[in-house]
Amino acid sequence: MIRALRERWRQGHRTMAYPAGAPVLPDRHLGRPALDPSRCLPDCHACAEACPTAAIDATAGLTLDLGRCLFCAACSQVCPRAAIAWTGDWRMATRSREALVVKDRELELAEALDARLRRLFGRSLKLRQVSAGGCNACEADVNVLSTIGWDIGRFGIQIVASPRHADGLLITGPVPENMRLGLEKTWQATPSPKLVIAVGACAIAGGPFAGHPEVTGGAAATVPVDLFIPGCPPHPATILDGLLRLLGRLSATDPVES
Amino acid sequence: MARVSLAELYNGGAVLLAEVPRLGWEDLRVAVGDEVAAGNRLAALAGRPVGDGIEVLAVLVRPEQGCLAAGRAVVGDRFASLTPGCPQAHWFERELAEGWGIVPEGHPWLKPIRFHRSYRPGHDAWGRADDAPILPSVTDFFRVDGEEVHEVAVGPVHAGVIEPGHFRFSCHGERVMHLEISLGYQHRGVERALVGGPDRRSVHLAETLAGDSSVAHATAFSQLVEGLSGCQAPPRAEIIRAVALELERLANHVGDLGALAGDVGYLPTLSFCGRLRGDILNLTAELCGNRFGRNLVRPGGVAFDLEPERVERLATRLGAAMRDVRGAVGMLFDSSSVMARLEGTGALSAAQAVELGLVGVAARACGLDRDVRAELPSGMYRFAQVPVSTWHTGDVFARAWVRWLEVQRSSQFIQDRLAAMPKGPTRVDCRPLAGGSLAVSLVEGWRGEVCHLAITEPAGRFASYKVVDPSFHNWMGLALALREQQISDFPLCNKSFNLSYCGHDL
Repeated sequence: MIRALRERWRQGHRTMAYPAGAPVLPDRHLGRPALDPSRCLPDCHACAEACPTAAIDATAGLTLDLGRCLFCAACSQVCPRAAIAWTGDWRMATRSREALVVKDRELELAEALDARLRRLFGRSLKLRQVSAGGCNACEADVNVLSTIGWDIGRFGIQIVASPRHADGLLITGPVPENMRLGLEKTWQATPSPKLVIAVGACAIAGGPFAGHPEVTGGAAATVPVDLFIPGCPPHPATILDGLLRLLGRLSATDPVES
Repeated sequence: MARVSLAELYNGGAVLLAEVPRLGWEDLRVAVGDEVAAGNRLAALAGRPVGDGIEVLAVLVRPEQGCLAAGRAVVGDRFASLTPGCPQAHWFERELAEGWGIVPEGHPWLKPIRFHRSYRPGHDAWGRADDAPILPSVTDFFRVDGEEVHEVAVGPVHAGVIEPGHFRFSCHGERVMHLEISLGYQHRGVERALVGGPDRRSVHLAETLAGDSSVAHATAFSQLVEGLSGCQAPPRAEIIRAVALELERLANHVGDLGALAGDVGYLPTLSFCGRLRGDILNLTAELCGNRFGRNLVRPGGVAFDLEPERVERLATRLGAAMRDVRGAVGMLFDSSSVMARLEGTGALSAAQAVELGLVGVAARACGLDRDVRAELPSGMYRFAQVPVSTWHTGDVFARAWVRWLEVQRSSQFIQDRLAAMPKGPTRVDCRPLAGGSLAVSLVEGWRGEVCHLAITEPAGRFASYKVVDPSFHNWMGLALALREQQISDFPLCNKSFNLSYCGHDL
């Protein structure tokens, strides 16, 4: 007991300040990509050809679908003109699938829920996590939000053990055929009104498994999705930012708490 | 009895497939049985269609010789099962039956393991029609009958943030008489998608086979490609790979020690280790930007170099994290109430571990010194060794204690490597892959041995690709560890193995 107290004293309080200040990210972290189509050489499709998940369309202009993106940087490495650059910006969650398609330097970040749902969930959001073909990386970075370092409990957000106790589902993975029924039943078991949050490239568009006959290609094929959080896996800061934005606890432009 | 000779090959090396002897099935069956009886173990049993039949390739680890042995045989729709004389083949034979629609006759418990359609239309080991629906876990389960026996079914969706799988317990009161584990919910068709590669997606499939073992799987894949293309990653790249692999081990072991503490209600260690796991993942992100080491390991080397300041920063931050880990884990093993819950719970004997062919932490916790880093060293481990950590009690305590020993060894290993980084390039170009060849690549991931195996067609593309995650060997170990335990100890036992669902389901 004494030893536990002494260690507690020595290790101190370690919950991060975020969102009162920007999260600390490594210098090699790849955040939101910024595109500059004006730099593209005519008829150059090098980036699209290098992309493992067909996230890039360089046929008419240049677009990058964050929903498919694995953030591997294969595109920017082959680009002769630096038309694709990686910002360190961790904020990438959107409310619609279309909004994930980046055309330039901007991204339309997720808007908050309407007033009624904010009143219901704004200060208490209970989520059931469903891994449906997730490789355990997205799961791990969702799990980390409940540790003392991130402590999502301070925002009233909690991962709960049963869909019956939940206000929504947080789905990871490309939803294999073998998990479709499991996901559907879990969704049905969640009382309405309910939210669905798709975390990671797999849950949004199948990730590296897109096109495999064994998977359905993401959560939206089975359930309606309210929030898309891209990444492979998304950084915990990206996930938390998305959740807080959905709950209306961050403004559209300000990285810190409003 | 004349012993059939199998082809010898080395970890990460390639041989011409023609040099792997093609035997009759009976000869191969006896040869595998003899190898296992002599203390070797089955690393993989892989099938591929050849003519009208299926060619089964057996790969064994010969730890004493530091090499692998391979042999093959073509079987028809039915063949004599290996399993009765060689229990560690049981899961592999179920996999072969499901994938290729062939029946190992005499297999004691022949059921699907992933619940997908046979890869050969018209061939189904259970005689199902090509359009018959296949639903996961819709199958026979082992049943214990008796007036007061009841069954408890858990999953696929679990209470925690964890992958899906179905567990069915036969209990008498609180006492578990039998546990049957039914997986396949995570099946994403990775092996089939790798056929025809390597292409731009292949390495990403390797990195997501089991996301908490991204570095291990990406390294196994890269070694395989390097072996087939006859190139070798430069020493500096080998070091960076080894540092990433040991960081992956550290992060997962520290997280598991915290989770084990949580499962017995000892919250201080749970809290500290949850955070510390993240600190270690952040060190991996220092290497390559991704907390799981993605985009770092590539065929031919690594995609990122480390500048001197980065190396220094890593060493300092690892030192600081390890000080906190020592404090957090020390108090766990110092608490008698914790020890009382860990000791004697979920024990397996060394004999069971040998029979089942367990690998990794689960095997070392039964006293077996199985560790690919020492048995079949590749990459950096050929030049710098990590002592193999074992304990002999086979229980939850042993699996926790081995993790703690490995945390200490791995962190020291990383510090030693960072202190002596050779100069030079970090990546070489891979030449085209050799055609008509077989390569096998093993890496000791944090759970145990990760095995990748590929056969190339004449033009050098993958004609067949097989992945064996350590979980594939070990799930049955968890099932046996639960026997005669309290059902309430399942979470604790499960966490002490912490096996991968997607790594198994592929």
